[in-house]
Amino acid sequence: MAAPQAKLDALAARIAGLSFPVAGWLGAARADALDRLAAMGLPGKRDEYWRYTDPAALTGAVPLAAALFDESDEAVAFSGIDRVKLVFVNGVFDTAQSDDPALAGVEIEHLADAGAADIHWAREVYGVLETRGQTPVQRPLATLATAFATGGLLIRATGKAAKPVSLIYLQGSDTSDVILHHCIKVESGAELTLLENGNAAARLTMVMEVEVAAGGRFHHIRAQGRAHQRHAATHVFARLGAKALFKSFTVTANGALTRNDAVIELVGDDAVAHVAGAAVGDGAFHHDDTVFVTHQGLRCESRQVFKKVLKNGATGVFQGKILVKKGAQKTDGYQISQALLLDDDSQFLAKPELEIYADDVKCSHGSTSGAIDDTALFYLRSRGVPEKAAQSLLVLAFLAEAMAEIDDADIAEDIRARLESWLARHEH
Amino acid sequence: MAGFDDVADVLEVTGSLDAPLDVRDGVDRETIETVTAMAGKYKYGWDTEIEMDFAPKGLSEDIVRLISAKNDEPEWMLEWRLAAYRRWLKMTEPRWAMVNYPDIDYQDIYYYAKPKSMAEKPKSLADVDPKLLATYAKLGIPLKEQALLAGVEAADQPRQVAVDAVFDSVSVGTTFKAELAKAGVIFCSISEAVREHPELVKKYIGSVVPPSDNFFATLNCAVFSDGSFVYIPEGVRCPMELSTYFRINAENTGQFERTLIIAEKGSYVSYLEGCTAPKRDTNQLHAAVVEIVIQEDAEVKYSTVQNWYPGDENGLGGIYNFVTKRADCRGDRARVMWTQVETGSAITWKYPSCILRGEGSQGEFYSIAIANNAQQADTGTKMIHLGKNTRSRIVSKGISAGRAQNTYRGLVSMHPKATNSRNYTQCDSLLIGDQCGAHTVPYIEVKNNSSRVEHEATTSKVDEDQLFYCRSRGMDEEEAVALVVNGFCKDVLQALPMEFAMEAQALVAISLEGSVG
Repeated sequence: MAAPQAKLDALAARIAGLSFPVAGWLGAARADALDRLAAMGLPGKRDEYWRYTDPAALTGAVPLAAALFDESDEAVAFSGIDRVKLVFVNGVFDTAQSDDPALAGVEIEHLADAGAADIHWAREVYGVLETRGQTPVQRPLATLATAFATGGLLIRATGKAAKPVSLIYLQGSDTSDVILHHCIKVESGAELTLLENGNAAARLTMVMEVEVAAGGRFHHIRAQGRAHQRHAATHVFARLGAKALFKSFTVTANGALTRNDAVIELVGDDAVAHVAGAAVGDGAFHHDDTVFVTHQGLRCESRQVFKKVLKNGATGVFQGKILVKKGAQKTDGYQISQALLLDDDSQFLAKPELEIYADDVKCSHGSTSGAIDDTALFYLRSRGVPEKAAQSLLVLAFLAEAMAEIDDADIAEDIRARLESWLARHEH
Repeated sequence: MAGFDDVADVLEVTGSLDAPLDVRDGVDRETIETVTAMAGKYKYGWDTEIEMDFAPKGLSEDIVRLISAKNDEPEWMLEWRLAAYRRWLKMTEPRWAMVNYPDIDYQDIYYYAKPKSMAEKPKSLADVDPKLLATYAKLGIPLKEQALLAGVEAADQPRQVAVDAVFDSVSVGTTFKAELAKAGVIFCSISEAVREHPELVKKYIGSVVPPSDNFFATLNCAVFSDGSFVYIPEGVRCPMELSTYFRINAENTGQFERTLIIAEKGSYVSYLEGCTAPKRDTNQLHAAVVEIVIQEDAEVKYSTVQNWYPGDENGLGGIYNFVTKRADCRGDRARVMWTQVETGSAITWKYPSCILRGEGSQGEFYSIAIANNAQQADTGTKMIHLGKNTRSRIVSKGISAGRAQNTYRGLVSMHPKATNSRNYTQCDSLLIGDQCGAHTVPYIEVKNNSSRVEHEATTSKVDEDQLFYCRSRGMDEEEAVALVVNGFCKDVLQALPMEFAMEAQALVAISLEGSVG
């Protein structure tokens, strides 16, 4: 079925002036993406999958300007962690500011370099997982990133990485419009931790495809930039082999619009995937977590834990789905989405779904929304805790279940400190 | 397309009783055995030899006019229908539900059929076609105050039930009129209400489910043939439970019922709706609308046992059930409770909703949806909190067996002004066998912070330990499953009025028949 003209027009306007190199396997993958994109057009606010988030700012021909934001009032994310820093400024890799990639003990290449090779492992990943993630729901912005990414890394771990790989996205101008596409492959038995942080751009459109082979372990911890006016659409597509582990945690503080899609397929048996997020928003903040977990293997486990703290008109969105395919017996699927609304202007919109075609499964989801518990607040105050401190304590306690999804204690502490300093700045 | 003059009063007299079953099941083993013996045949799968008076197939303004004329309606009603019909022409059929069915040819459906013997309106039940009464007897309807009251009335003040029976499209008999009239309660067919109480109908019809609401509701507005009308005056507690039994009888006759219930200040009524339909090979369309208006301090309980013909084991035939049901709690402290047991129909598309407008108003939804063989159900509720201090509770139990697909779809919406409101939602799904599906699609929209919304859902299979225990106590597998499933549904069964609860419990067992082993 042809896409409505408005979507095609939006696409034409969005990609006017964009182009990509057509050579090699990468050129072919990009051309394929463009074909698929041309059939879909860009998302509109009447699409069911954009029910609670207006994609206009993400699909417009030009990005809305986002003033450069001074984050010097708190320590740079992950600064205490021993890691290999790889820096992008306005989406362009900055060698001068980056560490030597070789220190990470994994293969790291640039998209532009690897694309010219005839044979490359990334051929089996680039655009492949993204394509799989288009069914049953279209995600044209991801396809856009496959076709038109101006930068990206191809990271392959064949053993346990020496250090976490830390991707840092710096915003260099208030009208920057950045499209990135990374591919990651964690080979059988290998292990990799990937960190991401930074404002990146006035508008960021990003895809990360992650293939975790049998027995591989992948940890992803992301601190999204707190520039108030930035807009971002990110996608993580993951495919897990037998006994693979995938863990992704995102903390988001502010930002005008953030849409984080996570599309995870548990293909092998006994695989484990956890996706978690903690979002804190004050004022003009719209944060959307859209998660789609597909169980195909036997005895797989998935967890989705999403917590949002909202005030002053902030909006939190959660769309989560667990799909258990026929035959995916002994699945254990869990999903929780909760919002703490600190005032009457904020809102929480959720669509937590289950779609299950196998009988011997254990699947549950929960979703709650409400204010801070007055009784708990009263108790803390009666113990001599000042009101603001008591409130912050309760907010941190509320976020704790999501934070618990970070395995590394130092990284967890870094994230916790960031949340605490955000709360201190945004007290009533 | 055949014109109005081509009608030639088609007489469709076919089929006969294929199994003389006893009716009105208890929950006892005998019932289950009886049904088991029927080996998957739909229990109520006969049709009755009653002459049908058909309008020609298809839908046009002429048909709308015919239906209106046959019901002897005033001009304003006809205009209302025609406006809906014209609107409907511009609408498209919704396809967002997780159900698959072949395209419906709306021109291949009869929009009007009524029992021939109704041409002369019966003066009393004695005048009613005896075959019709026999049909009801088979269905176990206590129409003629027969079984129900004859035997029980002597016993200390039994609960009474008034029945407004709808046979295909026309209400054929309304009992207890006198007693209800004494209380000031109006309980009649909607066509009668249009004639006798036009001011009430005019004021309320379409005020809860407007003609523009959705494709199927709009279709209903244009062609509704009959249904029930209930008016409970201020401060009146309806002296008995009101009951309507629907039964689709003629082949290819869509049934478009329209029910309107008005509960004035401080009144109370409990309304029961139950239905069965005969076995047929062609899909039958059912698009009903139920509107309930609840004023200050009034309370309405609406209970449904839906057992339309679900199609055979391969999904052939069966009813398409596209229903719009909505209650509007207009006054403060108004209360509504929907309870439904959905076991029949090939396709169910039904979301009984509550608009909680009045301060402190309360909506409850209790549902059991069972889908077996090739059935598909997409059902749930909408709780729309507009007023302060409003409360809602949703308990949904979905059971899938065979190759069936069962979806809970619900909306809980807390508007900014609905402060200090509360919702609790629980939807549990049970899967029996590895070929079926169970799905949950809740929408949760919270726009103020003093309200609390909680939603939880689980999906699991029938507990092996419980089954094993039942088997070790000498039950066969089917009985054991029925018992465990009944336990799973307990929260909802308890919300049903007594006589419905019994029937529902039996239905749960019957519906799952053939799903194990």
